Amino acid sequence: MKFFVYRYNPDVDTAPHMQEYDVEVTRGMMLRDALMEIKRQDEAFAFRHSCGEGVCGSDAVNVNGANLLGCTTPVSELKEPVNVRPLPGRPVIRDLVVDMSQFYQQYRAVKPYLIHKDALPEQEILQSPEDRDKLDGLYECIMCGCCSTACPSFWWNPDKFHGPQALLQAWRFLADSRDQATEERLDALEGPYKLFRCHTIMNCVESCPKSLNPTKAIGKIKELMLRHSI
Amino acid sequence: MTLARRRFDALIIGAGGAGLNAALQLANANLRVAVVSKVFPTRSHTVAAQGGVNAALANVFEDNWHWHMFDTVKGSDYLGDQDAIEFMCREAIPTVYELEHNGVPFSRLDNGKIYQRAFGGQSQNFGGAQAARTCAAADRTGHAILHTLYQQNIRARTHFFDEYFGVELIRDEDGAILGALTLEIETGEPLLIEAKTTLLATGGGGQVFRTTSNAHINTGDGMAMALRAGVPLMDMEFFQFHPTGIAGRGMLITEGVRGEGGYLINKDGERFMERYAPTAKDLASRDVVSRAIVTEVKEGRGCGPNADHVLLKVDHLGEDIIAKRLPGIRESSKIFAGVDPAVEPIPVFPTAHYMMGGIPTDRLGQVVIPAADGSEQIVPGLYAAGECACVSVHGANRLGGNSLLDILVFGRAAGQQIINNLKDNPEHRPMSEAAIDQAVARLTRWEQSGEGISVRELRDEFRKVMEDHAGVFRTDEIMAEGVEKVKALREKLKDVRLGDQSKVFNTARIEALELENLIDIGMAIVLSALERKESRGAHSRPDYTERDDVNWLKHSVYFKEGDRLDYKPVQTKPLTVETFPPKPRVY
Repeated sequence: MKFFVYRYNPDVDTAPHMQEYDVEVTRGMMLRDALMEIKRQDEAFAFRHSCGEGVCGSDAVNVNGANLLGCTTPVSELKEPVNVRPLPGRPVIRDLVVDMSQFYQQYRAVKPYLIHKDALPEQEILQSPEDRDKLDGLYECIMCGCCSTACPSFWWNPDKFHGPQALLQAWRFLADSRDQATEERLDALEGPYKLFRCHTIMNCVESCPKSLNPTKAIGKIKELMLRHSI
Repeated sequence: MTLARRRFDALIIGAGGAGLNAALQLANANLRVAVVSKVFPTRSHTVAAQGGVNAALANVFEDNWHWHMFDTVKGSDYLGDQDAIEFMCREAIPTVYELEHNGVPFSRLDNGKIYQRAFGGQSQNFGGAQAARTCAAADRTGHAILHTLYQQNIRARTHFFDEYFGVELIRDEDGAILGALTLEIETGEPLLIEAKTTLLATGGGGQVFRTTSNAHINTGDGMAMALRAGVPLMDMEFFQFHPTGIAGRGMLITEGVRGEGGYLINKDGERFMERYAPTAKDLASRDVVSRAIVTEVKEGRGCGPNADHVLLKVDHLGEDIIAKRLPGIRESSKIFAGVDPAVEPIPVFPTAHYMMGGIPTDRLGQVVIPAADGSEQIVPGLYAAGECACVSVHGANRLGGNSLLDILVFGRAAGQQIINNLKDNPEHRPMSEAAIDQAVARLTRWEQSGEGISVRELRDEFRKVMEDHAGVFRTDEIMAEGVEKVKALREKLKDVRLGDQSKVFNTARIEALELENLIDIGMAIVLSALERKESRGAHSRPDYTERDDVNWLKHSVYFKEGDRLDYKPVQTKPLTVETFPPKPRVY
C-alpha cells in the first residue's frame, strides 16, 4: 500500500515535503501499525503513539483530509494513496508531531475540575443513575485534539475561542449534579469569542473518534445561559 | 557542559495514577512539586484500566476490609506482605471516597451510591459467596480516574514537565537520591532537576513481551533507573498474564466482562472453567484462568482455524447490559476482533499484563534495600509507588481491581510521607559534578555514530526471546536458555547505533534509552524466574508443580551489579489482625 507522509525535521530540512513509502498490509492492520512499519524503514520518522487501543489519545493525525486516530483506523478503510499529515492549524514540531499547547491552555481555561462547595459527606456524594447518565458522551473525551483542530473557528482564533474539546469539558462539569459553580462557569464563558465563535459547522462531531458531540454540548451551554439570563 | 537546572521540593517521575495522586497531596500542601512525564499526563497507561478499583464499600453486598484483605492474601498465593495488604484494604475505603469527591464519574446504583461489580478472586466472609467490591465507571474506570486526577492537579497548580524523559537518578556518596537528569523531548536538551525527594511512579514494563496489553510507553524506565542506582528489584519473576487479551493482538478485555456474567468456552462449546475452578469458575484468580486457557489450547481444544484461542461469550447478557456496563469493550471488540460481543463471542488468549514485582518499598512509599535477615535500609530521598514499586501487596498474583487501588493508596501515602519528610529535611543536598557526569554519559553514549545494529532490530529480538522463555509455563531448560539469550542481547546492546542524531523530537533516541531499560528489567525477570524452583501464583513450573512454603515463602531480590540474587522473608504479621497462614489455594 502506498503512503505519502508529511516530513519535516527542523534540524535538517528547510521546508516540509511529502515522502512516499510502501507498506505491506497485514490482516487487521491499523494505520498506527503502518506508521510503525514506516518507522522501521526510516528511524528518523517521528509521530506520537502509545496505547494502541484508542484511549490515550496520542496518535491523532490527518489522513486524506480527515482527522482520526491512527490506532483505531483500519488501513483497509483508507483510499490509496494514503496522505498522512499532521493535525491542521497547529505549529509542526517535527513530521506528524504538532505543538498542542494552545489546545491544552484552552482546556485549562474552562476550569475542567469538579467544584463542590458544600461540606463533604463521610461517604460518596450521592448521584442518581439518571443524573449520572447526563455525563455519558462527555467524560469519555481522550483529548486527542481531532475536533478542535478540525474546527475553522479554532483555526482563526485559537487564542480566544475555547474550541470544541474545551467546551465539551465545560459542559461535562455544568452537567454534573455534584458541581456547584454553575454561575461562575457561565459568567466565564461570556463574550464574543470563548463560546460564541462556534458557528455549528460540526466538523468536531464528524471527526471525534469516540463519537462524542461537542456541538450539542455547546448548544446546551447556550441554552443554559439563556435560561439563567431571564 | 553547562546544564540547565531547576530546583523543586519534590520531583515525581511519571504522571499516571500514582504520580498524580502523590502530586495532588504535595501541591495541596503548597509544596513546589514537579511532575516529569514522557507523555502528556492523560496519555499515561492508567488511562487504559477498565474494570475498576476495589474497596469494601458494601454498596451491593455486605462487605468489609478484612474480607478484602483475606482475598488479597490468598490471591497473592501468600507471598504478599500482610501488613501492607491490611493497610491497603483499610485505606481503600477513604481513598475511593476521596476520588469521588474529586469528581470521578463513577457509575451509580439506584440509591445514588457508587456502582460495584463482581471481579475475580473476591469473596464474602473469608472464602464464601462471591463479593461485589469493584467500584466502576462503566468499563473506563482508569480513564475516569486519571483525567480527574489531572484535572485536580490543574486546580492545585502542580508544575508539569510534559514530554520530558527521565534519564537517570543522581545520587551522592551516601546513596541519597538528589534528583534526576531529564531530557526535554521536543528540544533534545537535557535538564537537571534537583529535588529534596524523588518519587518514581513510572509504571510497568509490559513491553518486555511481544504480545502485551501494555502501551508502547510501558518500558520500565523507573525500575531500570533504580537498578542502575544500586537499588534492587523484588519478585520480578511474577508477571501476570491477563486471561482475556484479544487473540493475536493483546488488547485487554476486562475481567469485568466475566464479572457481569460473561464466560469462557472452548471449541466444543464447553464452559471449561468449571473443571479448573468448580466454585469460582470464570472468576477464579487470573493466574488460574490464564493457565486453564493455555492448557485448553495445548490439549487441542482451542478455537479458530489454528485452534489457538478460546472464546469469551457475552451475548446472553443482552444488549442493555452490554451497552450500559461494557461500552468500551464492545467498541474494542468491533475494531480489533471484528466481532460485536452482543452477537458473537470474542476470541481471547492470555496477554502479558502486569508486573507484581518492582522497586522494594515500605508501606509509606519509601524505597528500601531489603536484607536477608528481614531488616530494611531506607534509600534517603527516594520513593516509589504504583506498578514500578513492590510494597508488596500483590505477592505472586494480583487480583483484578487491586492495581488501581495500589497506585492510588500508595501514591497518596508516598505524597503524605514526602510532606512529613520535607519538614525534617528542608535543604537540598549538594550534587557532585562526578555524579552528574555519570548520568550525562547515558545520553552521550547514544551520540556514537557509524555502522551498527538498529534499536528496532534488537528490540524485536529481545521481546521475542522474553515471550518464548518467560511465558505462562516455565521449565528449567527453557528459562536457562532464556537467561543466556538475554545476556547475549545485553552484550549486543553495545553495538547498537542510533542513525538519527537530530535533536528535535527524536523518538528514535527515546526508544534507544527505553531499550536499555527493557533489557535491564528483562534480565531481572529471567534470572529471578530461573532460580525460583516452585510454582506459586503467576510463576508456574511444570518441573516444580507445587508451591513450596518451606523453602520458597520468601521474596526474590535482584541486584544489577553482578546479576546477584538475594532473598528476604515475607511479612506474615498484619498490623492489627491475625495472620492468614498459607493454605492450599482452591477457587
